[in-house]
Amino acid sequence: MTATDSPPDAGSLDATALAARVEEFLAAHDPSTTEPGEFLRARFAAGLAWVHYPAGLGGLGAENGLQAAVDAAFAAAGSPENRPRLNVIGLGMAAPTILRFGDDAQKERWLPSLWTGEDIWCQLFSEPGAGSDLAGVGTSAVRDGDAWVLNGQKVWTSMAHHARWGILLARTDPEAVKHRGLSYFVVDMTAPGVEVRGLRQITGEAEFNEVFLTDVRIPDDQRLGEVGQGWAVAQYTLMNERVAIGGGTLPRESGAVGSLAARWREHPEAHTPGLHDRMLRLWVETEAARLTAERLGQQQAAGQPGPEGSGVKITYARLNQECSSLELELRGEDGLRYADYTERRPEVEDYASRDAGWRYLRFRANSIEGGTSEILRNVIAERVLGLPAEARADKDLPWKDLPR
Amino acid sequence: MSAAVPGGTPTTGDLLYSDIEDDLRASVRALVDKQAPWDAVLARTDTDQPVDTDLWKRLTQEIGVAGLPVPEERGGAGASWREVAVVAEELGRAVAPVPFLGTAIATALLSGTGEDELLAAVAAGERTAALAVGATRGAGRPVPVTVERQGAGDLLQGTVTAVIDAVTADVLLVPVSEGLAIVEADGDGVTRTTAESLDMTRRLTDVTVDGAPARIVTGPGVDGAVDRALRIGAAILASEQLGLAERCLADTVAYLRERHQFGRQLASYQALKHRLADLWVAITQARATARYSARCAADDSPDLPIAAAVAAAHCSEVALLAAEEGLQLHGGIGFTWEHPAHLFLKRARADALLLGSADHHRSVLADLCALPS
Repeated sequence: MTATDSPPDAGSLDATALAARVEEFLAAHDPSTTEPGEFLRARFAAGLAWVHYPAGLGGLGAENGLQAAVDAAFAAAGSPENRPRLNVIGLGMAAPTILRFGDDAQKERWLPSLWTGEDIWCQLFSEPGAGSDLAGVGTSAVRDGDAWVLNGQKVWTSMAHHARWGILLARTDPEAVKHRGLSYFVVDMTAPGVEVRGLRQITGEAEFNEVFLTDVRIPDDQRLGEVGQGWAVAQYTLMNERVAIGGGTLPRESGAVGSLAARWREHPEAHTPGLHDRMLRLWVETEAARLTAERLGQQQAAGQPGPEGSGVKITYARLNQECSSLELELRGEDGLRYADYTERRPEVEDYASRDAGWRYLRFRANSIEGGTSEILRNVIAERVLGLPAEARADKDLPWKDLPR
Repeated sequence: MSAAVPGGTPTTGDLLYSDIEDDLRASVRALVDKQAPWDAVLARTDTDQPVDTDLWKRLTQEIGVAGLPVPEERGGAGASWREVAVVAEELGRAVAPVPFLGTAIATALLSGTGEDELLAAVAAGERTAALAVGATRGAGRPVPVTVERQGAGDLLQGTVTAVIDAVTADVLLVPVSEGLAIVEADGDGVTRTTAESLDMTRRLTDVTVDGAPARIVTGPGVDGAVDRALRIGAAILASEQLGLAERCLADTVAYLRERHQFGRQLASYQALKHRLADLWVAITQARATARYSARCAADDSPDLPIAAAVAAAHCSEVALLAAEEGLQLHGGIGFTWEHPAHLFLKRARADALLLGSADHHRSVLADLCALPS
C-alpha cells in the first residue's frame, strides 16, 4: 500500500469502529508503562494520530469530525501528549500543507516525527519588508545544481528556537510579477547559515524570533509544490492558520473575559456602575463570539466551510484587548504594577496564568499576528460581500521594479 | 464567593438551519415578497389599516405560521420555536405589518396556562390574542399590574399603555393580581386607542378597560407563564432583528455597488468596505445568539434565561447598528420618505426597546451569571 491510498474500508469507519480500535490499541500499549515516544510512534502507525489522514500517514481516512472523540479517549486513558502547544505551527499549518502539496517521500519523511512532537516546526513567512503584503517577500532562493541557495531575513518567527524544521516562502524569480515568482521550501533549522535571534517584544520577553539566512543550501527535494507555485501553497498554509487561531469550541467565560469576571466576583469593593456596564457588555459579546465560533465549527463539520473564521479572529482579538484593558482598570493601583520586564524566553503556557499587565500587552499582538484585523476586513469585504478589490499598484510590474 | 460562572457551559446544540427550516423560509419569503414589498408596506403606513390582515390570513391559513410551536394534539403544527424564529427572520427582513410577534408571545403564555381551546383557535389563525403588558416590559423582572377586578366580580378596571399587536387582536390577555384575565377585545367596556408610533409598521395600542367582563385564570403557574412568554418573545424578537439586520446589510451593499462618486463605485472605498465588514461580523454573531436562544426555547433548556438575554442584548444593538449604518451609507436618498431605509431604522430603534432594552437584559444577566453591580 502506498502512503496516499485509503484503507479498503475507509468510508465505513464510524465512531463506534474507531472507539473499538482505540480500545484495542490501549490494551496493547499501556500508557502508564509504555515509553511516551514509543507510545506516540505506535499510535501514529496504528492510524489513530489524525484519523482523517490517509492510512500509513497516521490516519485511517475517516471523517475529520471523528477526531475529537479519539483524542478524548486517549486523554482519558492518560496517554502522553505530542507537545501540541509547542508544535502548534507544525500540527496546524505545516502538516496540512505537506499532506496537500508534498510527494510521497516528503510525507513519509516529515509527518511521523512532526505528529509525535519529536520535531517542532516553525513558519518563515513574514519579513521586515513584507508583513500584510506577504507576496512581496524578498528572501532569495537561487538554483545551484540539485539545491537552492537562500539569503534573506525572516521575522515574527514563533518557535524558531525550538524548531528542527521551518516552512519558508522565498523568491525564485525576481523578474516575474510578485505572486508568480515565489516558491515554497522546507528548511532544516540546523543547517549552516541559519541564525535564530530572539526578538524582544513590548512585554519584555523574546517570544518570537528573527531568522537570518546566509547562503543556506536547501536540497531541491525540500521544495513543496512547483517552482513559482509558492504563493498558492502559502495561501493554503494561511487558510489553516486562520482556522487554527479562530475556530473551535470554548467553554463559557473562557479566555480574557474569564479573568475579568473572576476578578469582578472576587473584588466587590472595586465595583462601580460604569465598570459594571462595560464588563456586562464584554461578557455578552464574548458569549456571542463563543457561539459564533461554535456555529462555524458546526458548518465546517457539515461540509459548509464558511468565511466566518476571519470574523471570529477579528472579534477575539478585540475582545481580548478590551477585556484585559478593563481588567487593569478594575485592579486600580495594582493595575499599575508589572510582573517582570526582564528579557527572557517565555515558556509556552496558559495566558490566564500570566499577570494582567502582561496579558494586556500581549493581546495587542492578536490583531496583528496571523493577518491584521485590517487585512481581514478586506478579506470579508471582498470575498464575502463581493465588494471591489483594493486598487493595486503592483499588479503588472516585475517584483524587482516595485518601489520599496 | 465562587469565581466561576454558575451552571458551567451547557451543550450548545444545533445552530444551523435544517432543510425543513430552509423550505419554510422560502415559502414565507415568496409570499411576503409578493404580498408586502416595501413600497406596499410604506403606503399602508399612511392609511387607517396599519395591519396587513390579508397577509396575516395567508400566512396563518396557507403556511400555518401561528401553529408552528403548538403540538399537533393541541391543534398546532407540531414544529417548534426554532421554526417560529425562522419565520420571524423573514418577517423582520420585510418589516411586515402582521401580529406575528404578539401571537408568539400569546401562544407561549396560553401553552403555559392550560387554555387549550383558545390556544387551538390562535394556532389555527382563527383568532388572534395579545398579551396586554407595556411593550418595554422584559422577562426577569416583575410586570406591574395596572388592571384590577372591580370588587369581587369579573369586571375589569384599569389601563395598560403601549401594547404591541393589539390593533387587530380578538382577545386580550391581561395580567391581574389574581392571575390572568381573558377579555374579548371588542367587548363591552374595552377601549383600544391606536397610537401614532415611532415604528409605523408595528403600532402601539393603549388599552383601557372600564367594567369589561373577563374570565380569570388563576393558579400558581400564571406569573411564571407571563415571564416565560416574555422570555420566549425576546428569543423570537432576536431572530426578527437578525432578519432586519441582514436586509439592511444586503440593501446597503447593493446600493454602494451601484452608486458612483468621484468616478468610483462607493463600494470601492476602504473606509466603507471596513464598516460593512464589521457589520457582517456583528451579524454572524447575531445569528449564532438568535439560533441558540431559539434552540433553547424549542428544547425548554434550563439555559433559556441566559440564552434569551444574550440574544436580546446583542441582536438589539446589531439591528440598530445595521439600520443606522444603512441609512448613513445611503446618504441623502436614505433620509427621504420614499426610500425604505427609515422603515428599517424605525423598526430597529423600536425593537431595541421591545420586551426589555439591551440594558434590561444585561442587568438580568448580571443576576443570572453572578456578576452583581
